[in-house]
Amino acid sequence: MWVLLKGGRVIDPSQGIDELADVLVRDGRIEAISGARSAISAPDGGSGEVYDVSGKVVAPGLIDMHVHLREPGAEHKETIETGARAAAAGGFTTIVAMPNTDPPPDNRAVVEFVMGRGQETPINVLACGAMTKDMAGQEMAELGDIAEAGAVAISDDGHPIQNSLIMRRVMEYASMLGLPVLTHCEDKELTADAVMNEGITSTVLGLRGMPSAAEVSMVQRNILLAELSGCHVHIQHVSCAGSVEAVRRAKSRGAKVTCETCPHYFAVTDEALAHYDTNAKVNPPLRTWADVAAIKAGLADGTIDIIATDHAPHSLEDKEVEMTVAASGMVGLETALPLVVTKLVDEGVLSLHQAIEKLTWAPARALGLDRGTLSEGAPADIVIFDPEAEVTVRASEFRSKGRNTPFDGWKLRGAVVAAIAGGRIVHGELSVRGAERKVLSGKERQPLPR
Amino acid sequence: MDRLERKDILGLQDMTQSEIQLILDTAISMKAVLARPVKKVPTLRGKTICTLFYEPSTRTRTSFEMAAKALSADVSSISTAGSSIVKGESLKDTLLTLQAMGIDAFIMRHQAGGAPHFAARTVQSHVINAGDGMHEHPSQGLLDMLTILDNKRRLEGLVVTIVGDILHSRVARSNLWGLTKMGATVRLAGPKTLLPAEAERLPVETHTNVDAAVEGADVVNVLRIQLERMNSGFFPSIREYARLFGINKERLRRAKPDVIVMHPGPMNRGIEITPDVADGDFAVITDQVTNGVAVRMALLYLLLGGGRNVGTA
Repeated sequence: MWVLLKGGRVIDPSQGIDELADVLVRDGRIEAISGARSAISAPDGGSGEVYDVSGKVVAPGLIDMHVHLREPGAEHKETIETGARAAAAGGFTTIVAMPNTDPPPDNRAVVEFVMGRGQETPINVLACGAMTKDMAGQEMAELGDIAEAGAVAISDDGHPIQNSLIMRRVMEYASMLGLPVLTHCEDKELTADAVMNEGITSTVLGLRGMPSAAEVSMVQRNILLAELSGCHVHIQHVSCAGSVEAVRRAKSRGAKVTCETCPHYFAVTDEALAHYDTNAKVNPPLRTWADVAAIKAGLADGTIDIIATDHAPHSLEDKEVEMTVAASGMVGLETALPLVVTKLVDEGVLSLHQAIEKLTWAPARALGLDRGTLSEGAPADIVIFDPEAEVTVRASEFRSKGRNTPFDGWKLRGAVVAAIAGGRIVHGELSVRGAERKVLSGKERQPLPR
Repeated sequence: MDRLERKDILGLQDMTQSEIQLILDTAISMKAVLARPVKKVPTLRGKTICTLFYEPSTRTRTSFEMAAKALSADVSSISTAGSSIVKGESLKDTLLTLQAMGIDAFIMRHQAGGAPHFAARTVQSHVINAGDGMHEHPSQGLLDMLTILDNKRRLEGLVVTIVGDILHSRVARSNLWGLTKMGATVRLAGPKTLLPAEAERLPVETHTNVDAAVEGADVVNVLRIQLERMNSGFFPSIREYARLFGINKERLRRAKPDVIVMHPGPMNRGIEITPDVADGDFAVITDQVTNGVAVRMALLYLLLGGGRNVGTA
C-alpha cells in the first residue's frame, strides 16, 4: 500500500529540507522525497492514493514528550484512546505518557499496560516510567524492568524528588540504563499551598504565590547532579527567565541537558488569573511578560530545544471550584500548533523550520526515537497543516475529554489538515488528486496492527 | 449617581470613586436611621438574605445580620459547621441549592481568595464579599473610610498608615484600593516577611520601619497579628514583634497631634497595640463597629433596594 503527497511544502529539519516536493510512503515507511525540480509519479503496482497537498506544509508527525493521559486511574478525565485522538487532531503522531497515573508505572506491569493500550490507538503512545516507588521520592523503582518494558524515559512528574541524595542515585542508575531523566523542577517547601506565580498579580489577588526561585533552584540542582552522575537530564516545562538562563549556562559548559517549554509559557501570563479563572491554574505557574520574553529568547537561541504541551486534562468538577482547591493543568494537544504558529512564527521568534524542529526532530533526539524525520525508511509519521489558515479555539469541540484551556475562543493561525501515522491517515481529510474531495476520518479507520 | 449599577460587591479594587462616594453618602443616611428610637425601616421587606460563612466570624456576620434586619429583610445564616458543606458538597451546589430557595443576596466569607467571584458567576443573586482569603474585605474598607470621614471630614490628602501582617490581610488590600481612589496616601508597614511580594508596585508606600511609617500620619490602622504566624517563622517572637512593630504611645507621638487609631478587631492587647492606645483618646475602634452596620445597610440597600430615598422609605 502506498500514499503519494503531491506539491506540498516539505519541511524536514532532520535533513535540512524546506522546499516544494512530493513525498511517497509505502508500507508504513517513507520511501522517497522528490527534489525541488523533480516530481514523483504514482507507482504502478499496489493500491494507493495520490493526494494534492499544494499550499500546505508537509512535516514529520509532531512529537509531544509531555502528556498526561490519566489512564489507569482517572479515565473520567482522559483515556489513552481519547488522548491519542486529541493528539492526532493536533498533528501529533507520537506522545509520551507521564507517570502520574493510579497506579503509577513504577513497575514493569503498568508500563506494559500503558504501552499496550497505546498500541490500540492509531498513533504512537510511549510510556515514561516513574523514578521512585509510588512517586514518593524515597525508594528507587525497578528501573531496569521499566527500561526493558519499553519506557523511553523516567520522571517523578509533579512529585519531584526533594532529597538530593536520592536524586543523585536515580540519575546514576538511569545513566547506566540509558534512560533520560525528565524533571519537574520545584522546591516544594517554597511553593507550599501556592496556586500561582508570586508577584504583583498574586499580591493583588490575595493568592499564595510560587516564586520563580522555587523552580530555578531545582533546575540548578538537577543540572549539577546530572553533571555529577553523567546522566542526561531533561528539564520539563521551563516557565521563567531564571531557568532559561540556568540551562543556557549549563549548555555552554557542555552539560548533557535538554529542556522544553510549553505554549502557555510563551502565550499568556499570570494576568490570565486576574478574574480567578481556574483554567489558567497550572504548575509551574504562568509567569510574567518578562519571563515570556526570556522564553522566546531561549527558543530563538536554541537554549530551549523542545516544545511540549504538558497536556493535562481535568474534568469540569475539578475546575469549577475555588482557586485554592482547583486542579492544576490545562489541555494542550489541540492548541499547540496554532499557538506556535501565531505566537512564535508569525511574531518572528522562530522560522517555521525551527518551530517544526522543536516539535519533531529535537524531542526524537532527546528520547532516542527513530521518528520525527522524513528520511528514507523512517516510519511514515506525517503532519499536513496550513500555516495561513485561521482557526478559532472551541474547547467544546476538543477530542480530548478535557475542556480546561485558557485559550477558548482565541482566534489563531495554523490549522492541522491531516495526520498520518505509520502510513495511515489517522486524522483529517485530504484532496484526492484530480478527483472530488475525499473525506477520511480517523474514526472509520482500523487501528494499525503492530 | 443614586444607585449602584452592579450585581455584586466583590472588592474595592474594581470600584469607581463615585461608587465609593455613593456608598459612603448612603451610609451616612443609614447612621441617621440607626440613631432613631426605632432602628428599622421597611425598605427590604420581602427580601431574603443569606450569610454563608466558610470561616468563623462574630463581628462581620452579626453586623451584616443587624444591617439586614434594620432594613426589614429576612436573614438566614449558614456556616460550615452543621451544614451539608461538611458532607463534602461543592460550593457550586451549595450556592445553586440556596438560590433555588429564593435567596436574593449572599453575604459570603471564604478562606479562598476569589470564592465570591466564583459565586457571583454561578448565581443570579447578588453576592457581597464579606472577606475572601487574603484578597479583599470591601465592607471593612468602607467602614474604615466612613470612620475616617467622621473624624477628619475628608479623605483626600490624608496619610493613612496600616501596620502589621499586610501579607495575609484582606483588610489592608480593601483599604489601600478604597483610600487611594479617594485621594489619600497609604503607607503599609510591617516586617519584611509579612509584606506581600512586589508590594512596591502597589500605589502605596511600603515601610519596614514603623517609626518612619507613622511619621506625620493622620490615621494609624493597626492589624491583628495572628499567633500562628510566629509558629510559621514569619517573626521570631511576640516580644520582638511588639517591640519593633507594636503601636504604643511613644511611637504615636510621631504622628499628627490629632491622629486617630483604628483596629479591625479582634485585638491582641499588648502585642500589636498597647492597652493605653486601644483605650486612649485617639482610638476610634468602637466607632468602627457602629459604622460597620451603617455601611452594610448601605450596601444592601443600594444593591437590593434601588434608588429611593431611605429617609422617606
